[in-house]
Amino acid sequence: MVDFGGWDMPQQYTSIRDEHFAVRKVAGLFDVSHMGRFRVAGDSCVDFIQRLVTNDVALLVHGHAQYNLMCNEAGGVIDDLVVYRGSEGFFVVVNAANREKDLEWFRSHAPADVEIEDRTFELGLIAFQGPRAQELLPCEGVDLDGIPYFGFGHGDVAGIHALISRTGYTGEDGFELFISSDQVGAAWDAILEHGRSAGVLPAGLGARDATRLEAALRLWGNDMDETVNAYEAGLGWTVKLDKGDFIGRDALQKIKAEGPRRTLVGLRLQSGDIARHGAAMSADGKALGIVTSGTHSFFLGYPIALAMVEARSLQAGDRAIVDVRGREARAEVVKLPFYRGSARSLSEKKESRHA
Amino acid sequence: MPDRRYTKTHEWVTVDGKVATVGITDFAQSQLGDVVFLELPSTGRKLGSRETFGVIESVKAASDLYAPVAGRITAVNEKLAAKPELINSDPYGEGWILKIELAGDAPTDLLDEADYKRVTEASAS
Repeated sequence: MVDFGGWDMPQQYTSIRDEHFAVRKVAGLFDVSHMGRFRVAGDSCVDFIQRLVTNDVALLVHGHAQYNLMCNEAGGVIDDLVVYRGSEGFFVVVNAANREKDLEWFRSHAPADVEIEDRTFELGLIAFQGPRAQELLPCEGVDLDGIPYFGFGHGDVAGIHALISRTGYTGEDGFELFISSDQVGAAWDAILEHGRSAGVLPAGLGARDATRLEAALRLWGNDMDETVNAYEAGLGWTVKLDKGDFIGRDALQKIKAEGPRRTLVGLRLQSGDIARHGAAMSADGKALGIVTSGTHSFFLGYPIALAMVEARSLQAGDRAIVDVRGREARAEVVKLPFYRGSARSLSEKKESRHA
Repeated sequence: MPDRRYTKTHEWVTVDGKVATVGITDFAQSQLGDVVFLELPSTGRKLGSRETFGVIESVKAASDLYAPVAGRITAVNEKLAAKPELINSDPYGEGWILKIELAGDAPTDLLDEADYKRVTEASAS
């Protein structure tokens, strides 16, 4: 078990390798109950959320969710979050390590009529992710085909009421299931039992980090934080400068006009070394930046990393050097993402709208 | 089977005549998780007792490897370059790491099974 944002979580249940392959080939089940979950309600909740986040939540209709950044006045990323539009108000999922900070930020900006409730401990959250997730999810009372990417509905999973959202953090198709804390364990067991013969496995933090990194999904605290702005993180598509005022808008507008000073690039390491967070990288003897995330991809068969480097210093195909414990490890700059999973056709539609 | 001895840093060693075989323990591999890479020395290199001879890397962490005995390296397990997972699947067999020709007598400062078990129980709690 390792500490992750104050929660004891397994790096692996059996083997990171097996769990990683299960997610890519069949489906894996992640316990992501550590993530913070807030309910936001009240007459002016749309205007309130709109002012805190970069994407345009006015476009969200009931039953849909949206990826968002919450920035400070300088455009630095306080957190990344998913905003769900319910029948009344919003539901917001934030990073575990930022739950208390975010709650404080929400409350300090809330007008009197907006109510913010931390539901983290009453609701469990599990993610069933993989190309066969839809086929292997034991559920009733909901048409899963009718739930689009970043859409959600309600139904019964193994006879237990769940909010079923077609979202995730692996690059695969799949669902995140919000289930009452006292019943989420039973749903977890039932999903694993139902999928066992097909190869479904419980998956820990190691497989979660590898799959999200292959899909080039950013991890707050590694790839971005309050000193990294939305454009540097490569998440400019979430910033809707024309939606009206929001915190960080002026700074982000200026950064967009001038071009970000740094950018995230993908690296494929040549040897077996893992380039880890904080490792220095260079090319042609010139220091260019640092590795922000790195792991070994069992699925691709080589180590991969994201690095924050000087803008326009590197392009796909370029060679770079990473300092791994004082030794020079050779790397090649590659296009992101490293791997496109089964969420591709859905996300491409989504991304083309954001482009 | 020769008597297996252990270090506090989780290496194991068996001695057959003047040749010691060295690996990492089952406890160590289970703590590391899937091993992805080993950085190992060449044969012929002389090692002092407790000297760092390489690095073992898993997704979780990179850890130094320490020589449990002093001597000259006579063999390095070449299979580990392509199949580092042998460390996980068979740490005391196919996952051996080095063979070392002892510089002196067989060491007496290593832990026996019962002492090593106490070390792992202390670090697991």
